[in-house]
Amino acid sequence: MKKLSLFTICLIILVGSWVFLRFVVGGIISVPIPGSVIAMYMGLIIIAILVHISVEDSLFQEFRRPILETLVEDKRRNHRRVLVVLIPLLLLGYTYSIIAQRANPPGSPRDAHPSPPLELTYKDEVIGTMQDVVNPFRHYEKDDPEAFSAHVENGKRVYHQNCFYCHGDHLDGQGHFAPYLQPLPANFQDPGIIPNFQESFFFWRIAKGGPGLPAAGTPWDSAMPIWENTLTQDEIWDVILFLSHYTGYQFRTFGEAH
Amino acid sequence: MKITKKRLYLILGCVLVFYAVLTVAPAFAQDVTDAEYRTFPLIGSRTAAWIASQLHLLFGSFILGVPMFAVIIEFIGWKTKDERYDRMAQEFIKLCMGAFSTTALLGGVLVFILIWCYPKVMSKLSGIFGPTMIFYVFLFFGETFTLYLYSYGWDKMQGRHKGWHLFLGVLLNVFGTAIMFVSNAWLSYQTSPATQHGILSEMRKKSWMEERLAADPSLTPETVMEGVTDHTMIPLHNETTGEFMGTLWDAVNNFTWMPINIHRLVGNIAFGGSIVAAYAAFRFLVAKTKEDKAHYDWMGYTGNFIALCGLIPLPFLGYWLGREIYMFNNTMGINMMGSLFSWLFIIQAVMIGVLFIGANYYLWSGMGRIDGAEIYARYRPYMITVIVICVAIWMTPRTLSKISTASELSAMGGANHPHLGLFGLMTAKNTAVNIIILTTFLSFLFYRRSGKTPTASWGKVGNIAISSIFFFATVSIVVIGIVGFTVPTDLRVNTLTPYQVLIALAVMAVVTVVDIFMYRKATTSGTIKWGEMTDRSQYVLILIAITFTSLMGLMGYARSGLREAWHIFGVMQDTSVDAYTPLLSNAVNIVAIIMVVFFALVGFIFWLGLWGEKKKQASAATIEAAVTAEGDD
Repeated sequence: MKKLSLFTICLIILVGSWVFLRFVVGGIISVPIPGSVIAMYMGLIIIAILVHISVEDSLFQEFRRPILETLVEDKRRNHRRVLVVLIPLLLLGYTYSIIAQRANPPGSPRDAHPSPPLELTYKDEVIGTMQDVVNPFRHYEKDDPEAFSAHVENGKRVYHQNCFYCHGDHLDGQGHFAPYLQPLPANFQDPGIIPNFQESFFFWRIAKGGPGLPAAGTPWDSAMPIWENTLTQDEIWDVILFLSHYTGYQFRTFGEAH
Repeated sequence: MKITKKRLYLILGCVLVFYAVLTVAPAFAQDVTDAEYRTFPLIGSRTAAWIASQLHLLFGSFILGVPMFAVIIEFIGWKTKDERYDRMAQEFIKLCMGAFSTTALLGGVLVFILIWCYPKVMSKLSGIFGPTMIFYVFLFFGETFTLYLYSYGWDKMQGRHKGWHLFLGVLLNVFGTAIMFVSNAWLSYQTSPATQHGILSEMRKKSWMEERLAADPSLTPETVMEGVTDHTMIPLHNETTGEFMGTLWDAVNNFTWMPINIHRLVGNIAFGGSIVAAYAAFRFLVAKTKEDKAHYDWMGYTGNFIALCGLIPLPFLGYWLGREIYMFNNTMGINMMGSLFSWLFIIQAVMIGVLFIGANYYLWSGMGRIDGAEIYARYRPYMITVIVICVAIWMTPRTLSKISTASELSAMGGANHPHLGLFGLMTAKNTAVNIIILTTFLSFLFYRRSGKTPTASWGKVGNIAISSIFFFATVSIVVIGIVGFTVPTDLRVNTLTPYQVLIALAVMAVVTVVDIFMYRKATTSGTIKWGEMTDRSQYVLILIAITFTSLMGLMGYARSGLREAWHIFGVMQDTSVDAYTPLLSNAVNIVAIIMVVFFALVGFIFWLGLWGEKKKQASAATIEAAVTAEGDD
């Protein structure tokens, strides 16, 4: 069997990677990957190819040999003819894909997470600093498991009376209102949500809802109600206990400093 | 009257100067008495202070980093009696001398801008740090005179005085490090004006207790210390009046001081190495003789090696600094990694990816000048693949809402991709960076082994042992990374991540020792043909220096920007017109300008050195010709 040229191998890697990302990862294995992320990965793959072919002069010569042959040699005349047609066609297709009108608005420019205030408040009453406030019932987990269970049960009740419509009965953000909301409700089953935040952050988000989000990093467009108008402080803390208890994730805590 | 060309240029010049004066005129029309802020003409106060401080820091980093490795290289030259090392170390210090006065000049410009534009802030800071500023001046004099003695005494202090010369080099580093530590105290205090109870002065402990008692009537002297541990964060200011209540040492030893000190210390080595390598690359590219090419090739290799030594621990030190910032204030931490500045860290990942890919590329290119290195070329595609996959993981954003269309978001079911979104979490990124570090180390190992054949009888066993170490270390790092998704953050940050780093460091230490013994009496099949490097590899060295500079600029924006609208976080608010966080695009533009100005200045300084050298060579040639002519007569 004829050995493939370095150029062909690189081309296969490039096209194969795109097919793999676009259709295998973004289709068979998982949900589609945004075009910008695929472009980013493809950029890296091109860099990898350039690194490989340019690190040694001999490899570079080998890589460009078929390109030079296609450009100048008589036996490759048919290749040239195909390319003369193919390249403008590809450019045409690319241009068309850019200018064709589609109802595809950009995603939200909002930040990943809102920036919390320095002080945690409940109905204008200062509870403490965001850094230091802890869940007042958390210590029951060790000190009094029965009391802890009672608080978790209460949190479960509050959650199912108020939150599950959007956040879902599995706390995965798949409530029956969820498909009609943008941004989607938080998915507490995601390993990047609960473990990354202190309980005080969650208290703030629940208490202030969408309207209480900061001016920076907008538009938030969050449909979350202001729960401090409806729930007591204890109920909010109980819901927070329920979230971590149900999902098995622990809220962020801080060990000792340096 | 006929207007000559010269006169026309003069008139045009006068008109331009006139307009320039007109544009800055509003600055002089400000009320300069007791002003809280004054506006810097044209570009504004913040941008002016930003550019001056970043340029000062870049030059400072260079002149503090270079002496650290120059003295080590000099020591190696002294011990091995290899004069090449001594010459190279001297050349490094010559570069430092050129940049030294520019650093001081930029420091002066920064101070003038700060005093003029931010008098109240400077008054507050000098009120707290006054004695350290005087100490700084003494240190500066110490550093200046030591550098002069070290540089100008280089040729004189050879032979039996070499030990004293090395002592001067060490002293120079002590002064340099102390200077940096002092100035770090000022800026880290602005970020974290608090310290832990365990290391707090008795005076502040007492005043803080009194403040708590006054603020909360339910507390008594018996209960006021309940829940307070050695690690409790204590603000250094009265929380009601904002008055500074601590001692000078409390302010200096603030929460983020030491992490910034260590991060910058190692960063300076990496940055200094990269600039020296870029200088060598430039000299290599313009070199006319084989000897010059060989010399600057070797110099570039050494600079890159030093930069790599600094670069390898940097991600971990940066992580430690980030952890301390989170611990000081979680709002700041969330802003840094998950909110306002999160995209900056994606750019950072791209740039660090460029650094590691560039450093590996240079090593692989370097193997082309060693006979017998070909046997390692077959591993290269796999190493490139590993590095690129790890860089891809490192630069994958957690939240994709800003770079996706609405239909893509709805196809993903939210802003996070259900699978790739996992790469956005720190446990995946830490795993990736540790594997990049190990792969880079492997590249270096191959470079070191190129052209040598071990003669040790246990060579095969040694290779199997080294391969096993790499294999099991990589598996361990990956397994720890996967476990990191399931454990509480506290455990991940404080235990698992340090274990990953320790595994990577242990592999490097153990493998280096085994390799040294294996190749101690190795036969050499090919020497290194210094000077036979591709031009491409030299441009990579320049790219690495540019990337380092841009990276430092961007991280400077993050460190300072994290305070948001505070001059001193939580204590002194910024009420000027600049009290907003600049857009990332704005920051990138300013950093790009800073980078261009920095390289223009550095290029000018290096060119001056080159010019002086040419003049010297020319006059030496003239004298030689004259002597020869006299002899002929």
